[in-house]
Amino acid sequence: MRVVIAEDLALLREGLIQLLTLNDFEVVEAVESGPELLRALLEHRPDVAVVDVRLPPTFTDEGLQAVAEARREIPGLPVLVLSQHVEHLYAKELLSDHRGGIGYLLKDRVFDVGEFVDAVRRVAAGGTAMDTSVISQLLARNAMQGPVQSLTGREREVLGLMAEGRSNAAIARQLSITEKSVSKHTNSIFGKLGLAQSCDDNRRVLAVLAHLNL
Amino acid sequence: MGSTRLPQWSRSRAELWPWARTGLVAARRGLAVALLSQLGAVPLLALSLVSLAVLPVGIGVITLPIALFAVRGLADLHRRFLREWWGVRIPSPYRPQEGDDFEPLDVPSSVRYCRRLLADPASWRDLLWLLIDAPVGLVFGVLPGCLIVYGLHGMVATPLFWPFMEPWYGYGLTWPVHGPGTAALALVQGTGLVLLGLWCGEPLLRAHTTLTRTLLSPTATAHLSQRVVELTETRSVAVDAQAAELRRIERDLHDGAQARLVAIGLKLGLAEQVFARDPAAAHRLLVDAREASALALAELRNLVRGIHPPVLAERGLDGAVQALALDLPLPVRVDVDLPARPQAPVESAGYFAVAEALTNVVKHSGAASAWVRLDHADGRLRLVVGDDGSGGATIREGGGLHGLRRRLTPFDGTLELDSPVGGPTTVTMELPCAW
Repeated sequence: MRVVIAEDLALLREGLIQLLTLNDFEVVEAVESGPELLRALLEHRPDVAVVDVRLPPTFTDEGLQAVAEARREIPGLPVLVLSQHVEHLYAKELLSDHRGGIGYLLKDRVFDVGEFVDAVRRVAAGGTAMDTSVISQLLARNAMQGPVQSLTGREREVLGLMAEGRSNAAIARQLSITEKSVSKHTNSIFGKLGLAQSCDDNRRVLAVLAHLNL
Repeated sequence: MGSTRLPQWSRSRAELWPWARTGLVAARRGLAVALLSQLGAVPLLALSLVSLAVLPVGIGVITLPIALFAVRGLADLHRRFLREWWGVRIPSPYRPQEGDDFEPLDVPSSVRYCRRLLADPASWRDLLWLLIDAPVGLVFGVLPGCLIVYGLHGMVATPLFWPFMEPWYGYGLTWPVHGPGTAALALVQGTGLVLLGLWCGEPLLRAHTTLTRTLLSPTATAHLSQRVVELTETRSVAVDAQAAELRRIERDLHDGAQARLVAIGLKLGLAEQVFARDPAAAHRLLVDAREASALALAELRNLVRGIHPPVLAERGLDGAVQALALDLPLPVRVDVDLPARPQAPVESAGYFAVAEALTNVVKHSGAASAWVRLDHADGRLRLVVGDDGSGGATIREGGGLHGLRRRLTPFDGTLELDSPVGGPTTVTMELPCAW
């Protein structure tokens, strides 16, 4: 799988290259600024890009801008955005084109290499990987009003993991339950939230996120 | 197009009434000025001068502060007129009265106050103003009213009642009025005088205002010394706040991230030592170290948010407030109309002010929704935070809004609260800002 990396801190860039190479990704280019990133994305059209939000030259949200620009050119180009902090606002913007293929994670998540690689693969396949902190805040906000209130504790856990972008199999592993009971929970959740079930995992996640008003 | 325009004669008639009303309002205000000058300025001037004269005898010590404080009251009333009639704000020129409260009949207190009042140039300017206002206020104030009344007499009374008057009765320049011809002359003169009275009211009032403004505004020196007092005060607020903030950051780093990094190093060292001997234990230690590093990062992230939120650096005030609004448990509408990013210190102060105001909304208002408006006017950044909660908020010593106002003062910022019981509440904050 071909990857483009954008990270301005050399130490972290090298770490990411090493991590992804060890996990059978091919890093086609690793850049350190916004304009370079845009060029690399358009030139290589990678299977997935791993991008830091804050990049030179302005050290503002260069990374996000380059990603938005590239996805206008290449709709649905899979991008996993990494940041030292996660903002509901940025998550909303990243998801605004409803095309999926978007990940948005705290940099700390690279600590758990297995999970991280899984997230990169999911995004590359057109899925979603939202940081737990974004989702838990979103759920807390929704828990005070609306149909989320009517969910049981376990259903909320499942909803959270689903909103992070995980498949039923992954949710089952995480909660140590069978995949069958996961789909029982998801059926119940979709019923209570009044959402139409979809067999497409990616579309399911986007529907949930839209419902939670992300 | 243009068909709605009135014909010339009708238009001039339509303009006559507002013009006359302005004249009447000016005449009425003039009468108030005249009344104040005779009932206020004259007796207070007399009292002050007599008090000054008998100061050496002793009794003046008691009466002088009373007189001068009364003079200040009168001057303040005229400053208020200036604000209400012309929208001109003049700051108080008096030196701040520090220390004890004034006790009118207590001799030591009176002596202290005499000294302070006499050392304040503004007191002497007040007296000079009284001296000029006593005659000028009377003449400028009474003239338009007298002209209008006497003019009406010529317009109405003379033409109607001249046959019933004594033979030597006359009006204006026409003496005596003894027939319809001379009565008509009186009518013409009367009309002229009424018009003159209506016309001159405003210029005379303006002239009096100029006088008041010149003498009752602080002098450049008074203005500067007042500014020095303010700046000294706000500087100490800023310095204290900064010191407290640095202390907090130091403590957070020391007890938080630094301690965790030590623990991580320790665990890695141990893992290295036992690696060959007990790989399972080494693995556990590595997992511990990884978890500790995640905690250290989370702590640093919170600390950074408190110092300067990353989203503020990345998106400016606009984006940062939007992000803030999204994180709150109630819907917050955000309207932003800013020409550019303000300077960094102002931006940061504005952000934390809005954040704190919104925190207040969440904690205390019981509101179902809130709104934030950021805009600019006259070189000031204006931040308005409103909510539809229960209202009745107050700015009291030690309270959140009081602290917020204090933290805005080093920027010459202001905070106004409007919170009737039952709501809605709006907090309006302004910060000077060069774009």
